[in-house]
Amino acid sequence: MVEKVNKEKSILTFPADREIALETKNVQVYYGDNHAMHDASLQFPRYSITALIGASGSGKSTYLRSLNRMNDGIARVDGEIMYRGLNINSNEVDIYQMRRRIGMVFQRPNPFAKSIHNNISFPLHEMGIKDKSKINEIVESSLKQAALWDEVKDDLGRSALSLSGGQQQRLCIARSLAMNPDILLMDEPASALDPISTYKLEMTLSDLKDQYTIIIVTHSMEQASRLSDYTAFLHMGKIVEFDTTKNVFTNPTMKLTEDYVSGNFG
Amino acid sequence: MDAVKTELMKKSKASRQDQRGKLISLFCIFLIMLVVLSILYMITSKGLATFFENKMSFTDFFTKKVWNPSAKPQPLVGALPMIVGSFGVTVLSAILAAPFAIATAVFMTDISGKRGQAILQPVIELLVGIPSVVYGFIGLTVVVPFTRAVFGGTGFGILSGTFVLFVMVLPTVTSMYVDSLKAVPRFYREASLALGATRWQTIYKVIIRASIPGLLTAIIFGMARAFGEALAVQMVIGNASILPQDLVSPASTLTSVLTTGIGNTVLGTLPNNALWSLALVLLLMSLVFNLLTRFIGKKGAF
Amino acid sequence: MNAKKADKIATAIIYILVGIVVLILVALLGFILISGLPHVTWSFLTSPASAFSAGGGIGDQLFNSFYLLILTLIISFPISLGAGIYLAEYAKKNWLTDAIRITIEVLSSLPSVVVGLFGFLLFVVQFKLGFSIISGAIALTFFNLPLLTRNIENSLNGVSNLQREAGLSLGLSRWKTVTKVVVPAALPGILTGIILSAGRVFGEAAALIFTAGQSAPMLNYANWNPLSGDSPLNIFRPAETLAVHIWKINTEGIMPDASQVSAGASAVLVVAVLIFNLGARFAGNYIYRKITASK
Repeated sequence: MVEKVNKEKSILTFPADREIALETKNVQVYYGDNHAMHDASLQFPRYSITALIGASGSGKSTYLRSLNRMNDGIARVDGEIMYRGLNINSNEVDIYQMRRRIGMVFQRPNPFAKSIHNNISFPLHEMGIKDKSKINEIVESSLKQAALWDEVKDDLGRSALSLSGGQQQRLCIARSLAMNPDILLMDEPASALDPISTYKLEMTLSDLKDQYTIIIVTHSMEQASRLSDYTAFLHMGKIVEFDTTKNVFTNPTMKLTEDYVSGNFG
Repeated sequence: MDAVKTELMKKSKASRQDQRGKLISLFCIFLIMLVVLSILYMITSKGLATFFENKMSFTDFFTKKVWNPSAKPQPLVGALPMIVGSFGVTVLSAILAAPFAIATAVFMTDISGKRGQAILQPVIELLVGIPSVVYGFIGLTVVVPFTRAVFGGTGFGILSGTFVLFVMVLPTVTSMYVDSLKAVPRFYREASLALGATRWQTIYKVIIRASIPGLLTAIIFGMARAFGEALAVQMVIGNASILPQDLVSPASTLTSVLTTGIGNTVLGTLPNNALWSLALVLLLMSLVFNLLTRFIGKKGAF
Repeated sequence: MNAKKADKIATAIIYILVGIVVLILVALLGFILISGLPHVTWSFLTSPASAFSAGGGIGDQLFNSFYLLILTLIISFPISLGAGIYLAEYAKKNWLTDAIRITIEVLSSLPSVVVGLFGFLLFVVQFKLGFSIISGAIALTFFNLPLLTRNIENSLNGVSNLQREAGLSLGLSRWKTVTKVVVPAALPGILTGIILSAGRVFGEAAALIFTAGQSAPMLNYANWNPLSGDSPLNIFRPAETLAVHIWKINTEGIMPDASQVSAGASAVLVVAVLIFNLGARFAGNYIYRKITASK
């Protein structure tokens, strides 16, 4: 199954019968003259968690943000990003519709300065769902999925900014889930959280992978190995190795990967 | 699966919203641009009519001392008295206000500590907001009698105008300079004090020197305000369109002649056009002040 | 002269200068309030002005000032909001944006008398609106636009980018993200700016003497039909405001108690500005707390 392309990189590809949720083909990202991401070609299998690891500045966040075009207006992205047979990195796809399918959770929790309920109901309302009972239903189910319901159900009218950091982050996840996405992109979602909140968040994520495809950037190798099914290691704007998480951490093909996962890294 | 795909390829409500929103906000911008361009255009065309329609001499306007546009047979449009008056009150009030503004700003940022600032800041903000007619009224009831008693003359004149404008621009200059002093990095102060410099040496040689562009900007800003101020000056300057011989006899400024004259002349006649020429000078000067602050802002660090 | 001595002398000079400034400030505020407040009675605030005899009030002028203020804000707020949104959210770094910024700065640096004269020329004369509230409100709008726009732009820039990303990542349009997420989050700053600008507008006179006019026709406060001539709401009637009134009676007033009336009116203006300043602070803090606190 593993196909060792050349000495520069080792990228796992999947057999044709494995359902692929998202695939990038030769994606390049430029900040002005700075070529920040080179030739990123990866397949993200459906209903799995893929971790993107690498040192700061390796381009993992840049790559992730390109996947639902959050880099629009900030950086230039070339190459194809295939989703449901469409190249979403082109004008043929409506960017707003696409982002509802490919949601994102950010490094720092960013709930709106609104009540807990409105944080979830407001985007639904904007999406065109006007039926109150339907909205309430989605609010409840998404908060349950994000494992926040029990903590907030008594006071949904409370300002979201009064929640703790961990609760805010789970609210942001709930908010993304409420849009009924296929794919969730997560940019170091636990980096601003304490260990207990991180633990809760990870539990939530493992429960979610039955229904969603999750791509998560993390700087914690423990987190990647605990949580993910596949791992991509990025180094200086290139994807060096992509394989099952087990292989990446216990039997990496590339010397660079081995150095990084074993901690012998500059 | 296909339903999702077609939905993805359809232009969404959100993308139409976005185009509309951008259009709306751009429209607001163009409205403002339109206002500015029409102001520039109308005042310029009106102001130039004196020279092109009424064939008055351009050089006479800036150099002759007699302002009597309704004189017959030969109207006289020498704007020098007003130009001198305007520059006089502006420069004098700036010179007077500068040391006080510097002292107050330095006091607030480097001497008094938090408490002095907590008291002075809101008071200065309040003074910036006091309407100019109130300053004019106080000028009329307090400053003019004071000037008359101390310096002689009628009390009306450039000196009274200077005093009133001094109080008016002081809070503006001070609060702007406080902002630029605050922008001088903390380590400048610490480094200087650590080298054994006294507080005054630090203030004088390091802090003020580092903030000179900010100081100049603040003073020019104050001058622009003084130059364009109409009613407060008009109330205390005496409104005589003659070249001022001293600081305590009645004089006039561009703005004071404008405010008293526009209502008493007929649109389209020379006496009226001549007033628009004064307005044009006022407009051009405000552009010059603007350019100056822009120029300094580009060079200065703080 | 050694450094220590210089330090002492300089410090002393600074203290003296600051002392003088404080003295001027205290004397100024004290004079306005002490000479003015005794005249401020209920009947002074509500009765109409009298041209020739003592005992006139400022009722109509006060009403006019507030009415003009409200109209001005109604016209200038949406335009400033749109312009501020453009500058903070849509403008790219290019020559066009630079040109827009310079233009707005030019407008803000124009003397108010020039803005007033332009209003006179365009609305009073050209559009034949005459000296009227609407001409005055539009002139004040010109004068208010640049400040309010800059304030709104700054308030929007103060909102964390995380909020914008949150909205965009949910598939909201940038427009909705701005109007429904960023603007509400910037509300404390925007409100503070509006109230501060209200203080400025309230006291402005130079832009009004040739637009809203210098006369206060008799108003019938029982007539609220905006189209009728003596209705307070009629936007086509001339309207002398409080600030214009002070200027007017001091330059050509012939009533015997002109200086008392101006003292009283000045005190009212200063108190109004004070209230606007405090109100700005209070309202900003209040809204901020309301957004962030638990209910």
